[in-house]
Amino acid sequence: MHKFTVPIGPQHPALKEPESFNVLLSGERIMKFSARLGYNHRGIEKACEERTYIQNVYLTERVCGICSHAHSSCFVQAVEEIAGLEIPRRANYIRTLVGELERIHSHLLWLGVAGHEVGFDTLLMYAWRDREIVMDILAKLTGNRVNYGINTIGGVRRDINTDQIKDVSKAVKKLKERTEYYVRVAKEEVTLIKRLSGVGVLLPKDVLKLGAVGPTARASGIERDTRKDDPYGAYGELDFRVITDDHNDVYGRTLVRLGELLESYKMISQILENIPEGPITVKAPRKIPAGEAVSRYEAPRGENVHYVKSNGTDKPERVKIRAPTLANIQTVAKMLEDRNLADLPIVIAAIDPCFSCTDRLTLVKDVGHGKGRKMRWEDLHSHSIQWYKARGIDFSDLNKKMEKLLK
Amino acid sequence: MIRPAKMIRQVLSSLFKKPATNLYPFNKFEMPDKFRGKIVFDPELCVGCKLCMKDCPAGAINIKKVGEKKFEAEFDLGKCVYCAQCTETCFKKALKFTGEFELASLDREKLKITFNAKPDDTASK
Ligand code: SF4
Ligand code: SF4
Repeated sequence: MHKFTVPIGPQHPALKEPESFNVLLSGERIMKFSARLGYNHRGIEKACEERTYIQNVYLTERVCGICSHAHSSCFVQAVEEIAGLEIPRRANYIRTLVGELERIHSHLLWLGVAGHEVGFDTLLMYAWRDREIVMDILAKLTGNRVNYGINTIGGVRRDINTDQIKDVSKAVKKLKERTEYYVRVAKEEVTLIKRLSGVGVLLPKDVLKLGAVGPTARASGIERDTRKDDPYGAYGELDFRVITDDHNDVYGRTLVRLGELLESYKMISQILENIPEGPITVKAPRKIPAGEAVSRYEAPRGENVHYVKSNGTDKPERVKIRAPTLANIQTVAKMLEDRNLADLPIVIAAIDPCFSCTDRLTLVKDVGHGKGRKMRWEDLHSHSIQWYKARGIDFSDLNKKMEKLLK
Repeated sequence: MIRPAKMIRQVLSSLFKKPATNLYPFNKFEMPDKFRGKIVFDPELCVGCKLCMKDCPAGAINIKKVGEKKFEAEFDLGKCVYCAQCTETCFKKALKFTGEFELASLDREKLKITFNAKPDDTASK
């Protein structure tokens, strides 16, 4: 059969973030899948070197919009290790609480997206409606729905009071009820089972070979969870299970995430019951002594790794961030081998990718052999306007119309 | 047990419930009391140490000296990420966050706001 390559992205209606995939097809079958990262590079690591540690807490928080707490926690853990700060137990508990609430919102978000990718939009609507419960709780606890800003070097910025504890346990009770319902849906709804079973198969040996992390690895029976393997925060004092599954496919990944939701509720109840009294911060110096540290954190998508090197000033010398999607993206090619093109959206979605977090490096090749041209932002802007104008598309009218409309 | 249309009951019962969504902007959502919205500046309290400028991750604040012990603050709402770090850094409590969040504008200039110092009345004495 004739083979042809279909480019998907970097700009594509089915992709929420710009990323480029090339799929070699023979009929409907995928012969080869390759991903090219780098379209979302924002230069965060370099920007970290220009900012003070305290500014970097907020910058690293913005590596990801969904697991923002995961990145800021991972960063502050590394800095605290270098500075030799022992943070108060209460702060550890609050950090862990927000971390688990974040996992809940992220997994519910994923459940909705997965439903959408397989055409089960009812699930999307209901899962996202229920996700609002946890978003509201996060806003109440931290002051915002996303980018909670709860972390600071040496502890957390906001304490939690008894009223809030009551609110959280009430919300968790409701969420638990809903999640148990979704577990029943996942186990009984025949369309969902049939659509997800046997799709995106990843064998345990491939998980080990490709170094997959998070729910992607755990759904292939590999018990890999930083919260257990290398406990941080309050996880060492909590009683929880690492959820695994041996379906090895997208269906398994769904069950793992739903199971993890139930574990998160369990952990949150323990945190609320046992949260120790005491201060929430220790004083942190502005200048961090020279040293280096690697910190690990189990984000909703898998293990986050941050490396921080300090040189005794108030700014780090180097910050390196590895988001879980970078570890998981390799597995997609394996999962799609000899599969139908129609499985591609859900298989990619099943690793719960976050491309802007992954893009830490971009390679710009000088296409014209040294004749390449450097363009400043303004030049690029006017160049793009001219480019469209030459093709008969004028955005200035549209802009004016927009302004009128808004007036 | 495997059964099709597992969610149908829930879907049908939703027909008789009120919508889960809010009719924004007609129906405004109350932000929680510690919501980090627009920052306000009290020129009376500021001593001009400029620590807030140093800690602001977005470079959104500019504190200007406009007279003897008089300071003005310029904020760029387009740059501010509403982290409220400045309110914690300021030991004089001259900066405070409010619950205001409807700050969008099509005009960049409108996003720049200045909190003027109180007119000098000691000079006229
Ligand atoms: S930190 Fe407070 S006192 Fe210092 S310059 Fe800023 S607003 Fe003024
Ligand atoms: S809220 Fe954050 S970003 Fe905004 S002015 Fe204050 S420190 Fe800067």
